[in-house]
Amino acid sequence: MEWLDNWGLSLAAFLPMAGVVLLLFVPGSMDGVAKAVGLVITGAALLVGVAVGVRFDYGSAGAIQLEVNERWIPQIDARYHVGIDGIALPLFELSLLVSFLCIVYLLWHVPSPGKAKALIALTLLLETGMTGTFIALDLILFFIFWEVVLVPMYFMIGIWGGPRREYAAVKFFLYTLFGSIFMLLGFLALYFQGNTFDMIALREQGNLGSTLVQNLTFAGLFLGFAIKVPMWPFHTWLPDAHTEAPTIGSVLLAAVMLKMGTYGFIRIAYPILPDAAVYFAPVIGILAVIAIIYGALCCFAQSDLKRLIAFSSVGHMGFVMLGIATVSDRGINGAIFGMVAHGLITGMLFFLAGSIHERFHTREISALGGVLQQMPRFGSVLVYAGIASLGLPGLAGFWGEMLALLGSYQPGAGLDEGLFRILMVGGGIGTVLTAGYLLWTIQRVAMGTVPEKFADRHDLFDVQPLEWSAWAPLLVLILAAGIYPRMVLGVTDGAVQTLLKSFGG
Amino acid sequence: MQGALTSPVDWHAIAPELVLTAFACLVLVVDLFLAERAKWLAMPLSAIGVLATGAATLSLVGSERTTLSGSYEIDAFALLLKGLFCVIGFIVLAISFDYFRSGIRYQGEYYFLLLCSLLGGLVMSSARDLVTIFIAIELISVPGFIMTGLRKGDPKSNEASLKFFLFGVLSTAVMLYGMSLIYGLSGGATRLDRIREAIDGSGNEPLVMLSVFFVVVGFGFKISAVPFHFWAPDTYEGAPSPVAAFLSTASKIGGFVGLLVLMFKAFPEVADIWRPVFAVLATLTMTVGNLIALKQRHIIRLLAYSGIAQSGYILVALALIDPSSPGVSRQALESALVYIAIYAVMDLGAFAAAVAYARRGGTYFIDDYAGLWQRSPVLATLLTGFLLSLAGAPPMAGAWAKLFVFLATINAQVYWLAVVMGVNAVIAAWYYLAVVKRMFFEAPELEGPVEVPYFLRAVMGVAALALLVVFIYPPVITELAERSIL
Repeated sequence: MEWLDNWGLSLAAFLPMAGVVLLLFVPGSMDGVAKAVGLVITGAALLVGVAVGVRFDYGSAGAIQLEVNERWIPQIDARYHVGIDGIALPLFELSLLVSFLCIVYLLWHVPSPGKAKALIALTLLLETGMTGTFIALDLILFFIFWEVVLVPMYFMIGIWGGPRREYAAVKFFLYTLFGSIFMLLGFLALYFQGNTFDMIALREQGNLGSTLVQNLTFAGLFLGFAIKVPMWPFHTWLPDAHTEAPTIGSVLLAAVMLKMGTYGFIRIAYPILPDAAVYFAPVIGILAVIAIIYGALCCFAQSDLKRLIAFSSVGHMGFVMLGIATVSDRGINGAIFGMVAHGLITGMLFFLAGSIHERFHTREISALGGVLQQMPRFGSVLVYAGIASLGLPGLAGFWGEMLALLGSYQPGAGLDEGLFRILMVGGGIGTVLTAGYLLWTIQRVAMGTVPEKFADRHDLFDVQPLEWSAWAPLLVLILAAGIYPRMVLGVTDGAVQTLLKSFGG
Repeated sequence: MQGALTSPVDWHAIAPELVLTAFACLVLVVDLFLAERAKWLAMPLSAIGVLATGAATLSLVGSERTTLSGSYEIDAFALLLKGLFCVIGFIVLAISFDYFRSGIRYQGEYYFLLLCSLLGGLVMSSARDLVTIFIAIELISVPGFIMTGLRKGDPKSNEASLKFFLFGVLSTAVMLYGMSLIYGLSGGATRLDRIREAIDGSGNEPLVMLSVFFVVVGFGFKISAVPFHFWAPDTYEGAPSPVAAFLSTASKIGGFVGLLVLMFKAFPEVADIWRPVFAVLATLTMTVGNLIALKQRHIIRLLAYSGIAQSGYILVALALIDPSSPGVSRQALESALVYIAIYAVMDLGAFAAAVAYARRGGTYFIDDYAGLWQRSPVLATLLTGFLLSLAGAPPMAGAWAKLFVFLATINAQVYWLAVVMGVNAVIAAWYYLAVVKRMFFEAPELEGPVEVPYFLRAVMGVAALALLVVFIYPPVITELAERSIL
């Protein structure tokens, strides 16, 4: 198992890249072979991920494990430094799992205009970028992995997307690029304050420059991460990108890529610049609550099912950011839980929205209805995912939101308790609104009578075996994480405690 | 000067230049004896010449020599750039072959001129003397004037050539005037290190500044920095496209090398005064180049304006030089070298793809690139790779080029310039993506696959692969740059 300790993480991250190279030699006409390659590669990467999970020492989840630190670019002291701790592990596993499930889903259906090989290659490239982001411990390495996801997602939206795909793709690209340039400036500022790109070394140094420099650096990082999350008011790319992207694009965006932003806060901005984090916490908290309520209100106004789910992401990520803003044990644990839960649930919802579109050729909520009657299993899954999303206790969505609110009742040291309690109330109102629009949506789509248009459609098929295989892991995990939250919290807590040490806690 | 004529010459040190000169003459002579349909043989002969020059350059690796009484220096800096010029020459030859073979006469003359201009670049890399620098820049430019006008029947080509010539002569005059002032001020010194000594503490700062100003304006035309850029887009558009590719890389880089050497070797003492000038020049060049590029519909014009904007990033390095903190200067020069090397490959790649598309039944209008992905996936993917690299997006080496300039800028604590670069990078991404968007997201209007000559295909493939390799393991180029500091 020696090699696993050293190269397990890198293997999981770069296997998909090797898959892309392999795909170059597959003729474009042989879709079946391309699909097989995709399935085998993502499956193998997932297996490596599982092995990493087994190998991980949960007793010391706060420490960086399976670490590799090799020479890379000596001219600027950038090193190939990867490793994993309790914060990164759940997200690392999530990205491997979701990528695999996306390929499984592709076996069932390749969106127009076909070209499965290219789509699979892009998915693999995305997988490398996503998993790499969660294991990188060097700022430059992190930046590179972060940027790698940009191009494949751009093409995925632009080629396989909906009617307004060009607009959405370019908007996504430019927005993210804009943010990441300021993030990069922040990284470089850190480098010239701390003389290293190593996240761990920077964290241990503490106190990087004057308060002004720290705050400015944090602002740069904030811009980059906040656009990715996305936080209100930087969210406007998200509804377009999510709505226009093909199903697996939306799933990957929602389930994993948004988490890269929140992960950046927890992994980089907070531990390295704790004072600035406390300084900015009220701003982040307020923006987060605005996002929660704004996202929920927007959902009431949506007529497109996919766009509704996209806006619900804004709200859910608001809870995650609220948890992070509290700088408390509960809040941050809740935030990571929220990331995983949102990844599972919203990923699932986007799968469902995609499958609805395949069946009815529309996503207009007003045109749909009575899905439970026509396709009882499909309808049940839809209701299940919707209820999980609104945060019903016993399912995954509950814990993240509850812990975030608990955290804001008692925020970390140095934060204004009064303000955060007001924010808690705001968040609480948000949960009610969330429940409101989700129940209303379920009622309109799943319940009621079948619209005349679809009444004599006998070709509507219930959940297909391949759909089941893509969805079952998500459905099971949503329930498991809801019933047994320690599954995630037990892993994250140790690492969160390490993080809070930077704040003198 | 007298010493230069009588001192012994280190023949090995100037071997690359000698080899290239010999091949240039050979091409011209051989061309006389070739039948019209065998004229294309000039190209393989030139390619062998460039390869031989490259080999001669390689044979000098590791040595530090000075010859011609100190006016000609062979160091890592010079060798890196000579190597780069050879690479550029080879790629341009590859782009030219099919273009000139099927369209235009004067193949022998063209390859002769191309090699001469390339020779100018080689001389520039080693020149450490005002006169040598001047000769080098003229050697680069003058064949360029003629090459631009090779499409004699086309009024656009004539216009391009004339415009380029007039601007070129004007800039030469201004530059020469500045150089003559320096010559007088430094008491008759032409070697850069002597000039530096003479200027230091001479008390003639206003006059020194005036002369530096003239020299910079002269070079400003050569590197097409805003506001001296007006000739470039028209010239590129009118010139045979391979020549445009050559002008936007070799010719421009030659100008940059001259400017870098002058500023680092002769005028660092007055850096405090001209540094802000370069900062403004860089900002203007980047921003104006990018903003005008947004509206271009002709791929060569787009590349011309994008090339102007790219020059801005190299100019940034000149805005960071600070003799009082060697670390900052080192990093600035290092970033400029990395940028120049990566820029040359990605820009030539983009030109190569544009030429490849246009030669076989295509056009230069970006609208006609619609759906290229479905017609010719390999060409579309390659062009996308080069454009993304120019935009600075992974997974191509262009990302590192930009990153290193950012790093140098932050190191010099010129934060506002870093922000300007950041905003410009986003603007630039817009128009590069506009081309990508057409190729991938739109339905084709023209039919049939695009045939790309195998040689050109191979060269583009290698260029793209090189950019990819540098992206994954940047020390390939950064280590070279680090060792090649002036």
